Parts: sequence; C-alpha cells; structure tokens
Amino acid sequence: MEINNFDPLWLAVIGTSLLAFILKYLGQSVPKRWLSHPRILKINSLIPIALLSALVAVQSFTKESRLIADQRMAGVGVAIVALILRAPFPVVVISAAATSAALFKIQ
Amino acid sequence: MSRVNRATAAQSLSVSLTVGAYGIAFGAASIAAGFSVIQSCLLSLLTFTGASQFAVVGVLGAGGSALSGIATASLLGVRNTLYGLRMAPLLQVKGLRRIFAAQITIDESTGVALSQEHLGVKEARQGFWLTGIGVFIFWNIFTLAGALGAQAMGNPAAWGLDAAVPAAFLGLLWPRLVNKTDRLLAASACVLALAMTPYFVPGVPIISTAFLALAFGLRANLWR
Repeated sequence: MEINNFDPLWLAVIGTSLLAFILKYLGQSVPKRWLSHPRILKINSLIPIALLSALVAVQSFTKESRLIADQRMAGVGVAIVALILRAPFPVVVISAAATSAALFKIQ
Repeated sequence: MSRVNRATAAQSLSVSLTVGAYGIAFGAASIAAGFSVIQSCLLSLLTFTGASQFAVVGVLGAGGSALSGIATASLLGVRNTLYGLRMAPLLQVKGLRRIFAAQITIDESTGVALSQEHLGVKEARQGFWLTGIGVFIFWNIFTLAGALGAQAMGNPAAWGLDAAVPAAFLGLLWPRLVNKTDRLLAASACVLALAMTPYFVPGVPIISTAFLALAFGLRANLWR
C-alpha cells in the first residue's frame, strides 16, 4: 500500500470523511465521564477558534507559501467592517467578494 | 407518534435554510481549490461538518498534502465528539439510529437541541433531528449548486471568491469570539500561522495553532 499512489484529492475526501464520522460516532458511544474534565472541555472549545483564525489569515495573506497583500486583504477588511456593523452573513460574504473582484479587475 | 412542537420546527427550519445556504460557498470553494464536483458533493454527504470541509479544501487548495488536510479537518471535527457526548443521553439511540444520529451531530443540531431543552426532552430531541436532517438536505443541495456554479464561472479571483471564502470563515468564527481570551487566541493564531508560512509545508502552520489553543486552555484553567 503506497499512499503516494493515490490521488491526494481523493485521499483527502475519503480520509476526512472517515475520520469525521469516527469522531462523531465516538461521542455518541463513549461513556460521558471519559471526556467531561473541564480542562478538556475548555481546550476543545478553543481549538476551533485557533484553527479557523489561522485558516482565515493564511487564505487572506499568503500565496504559494509567500506572504502577500493583494485584493483579498481589502475584501476581508470589508468583511470585518461588515461583521463589526453586525451585518447578516450573506452581506458579509458578498461585500467581501465584490470588493475583491472590483480590485482584481482594476489591477 | 408525538406531535412536533411548532416553535421547535420553525427554529429548525430557519437554521437549516440559513446554514444550508453556506453550502454554495463550500461548493464554490471546493471547485476553486481544485476538487471535482463529485468530490465536493461527497465531502458534503460523507464528511458533513462545514468547518472541516472548508479546512480540507483550503489546505489542499493552498498546496498542502492530503495528510495535513485530513489532520486539520479532523482537529476541527473533534468538537463533534463532544457534542455527541452531550447529545447521547438525550437521544438514547442504538444501532442504525445511532449511526444516523452520529452523522448529523454538528454545531447546528446540537445548538438547536440545547436551545429547546427548556421546553422538554421531546422538543430537544425533535430540534436535534429536524435541524440535523434539514441542514443535511439543504447543505448537500446547495453544495451541488455552488460547485456547478463555480465550475461555470472560470477564474475564482475574478468573482472575488478568493476573498469570499476567508470572509465566510470569518463569519463562522466571529460569534465564537466572546471574551478576551478568545480574541487574543484568534490574533495569536493568525500571527503564528503567517510567521510559519514561508518556512513550513502548507497545512502545518494551521495545525500548529492547535498548540496555542492547548496552551491557552491550560492557562485559562489555572486562572479560574
């Protein structure tokens, strides 16, 4: 079994799906006391915050492992303003897309 | 046959529709990252947990390996385990029903179930199932629509999709940043991931921020 022989996209689809289900099923099946420690609960609530923040930063400011400031930065900046103004989700996404697309066309 | 509480059903439906519509963004992001329409739809059907799906296509789209994509997605999926722990005593299901319940144990089904608990166990259960099934249906339909739409429109940057995806993520993340610790962690994670990006294989900078969450979690406990 050579992992490298598989198409990485298919490997990602199957691997992610399999693990996602195992994680969900574990929770429905594991005795509650195993994971009810407050410290574990706290860390578990913080992990998505760290990972999602990192993902937003990497998707906004990097290209092929280089740091870069381009039209995406302006788009995400507008999204932040929309979020601060408590705009609904579709407004946040569409305003970011419109800003970025407009700058892309000017460039 | 128990009657469905009208308020519970209304909340389940509105959550299902709103969240399901995110599926368009996912379908489009997945195509933009190089996944095919079938692969995008399978991710929504089988993985069925939004943040993990965005993460795996984000990491591979940025040039990361399959393993770093799977690892990042799975770290984000760990919270479903904790939702399951919370939901299991409420649902009391075994066998095939437990498999279905597990697949739809996500942020939204858990959230609605918890919000209906004050009405009673029956309403909380209905909230879980209605929301889980509702999100599943709409999420998959909209994923297909987004994937087909993105395929038809060519260069994703010309449509601003390259900014829409991080903006969508930010929209998911924003309501979770409720206190100083959360905001400090979010900012630190951004800085760490960006600082690591030029020196590490794509995907690694993102997964590494889990250690920041660990450190913040351990310290938060000491302060208490």
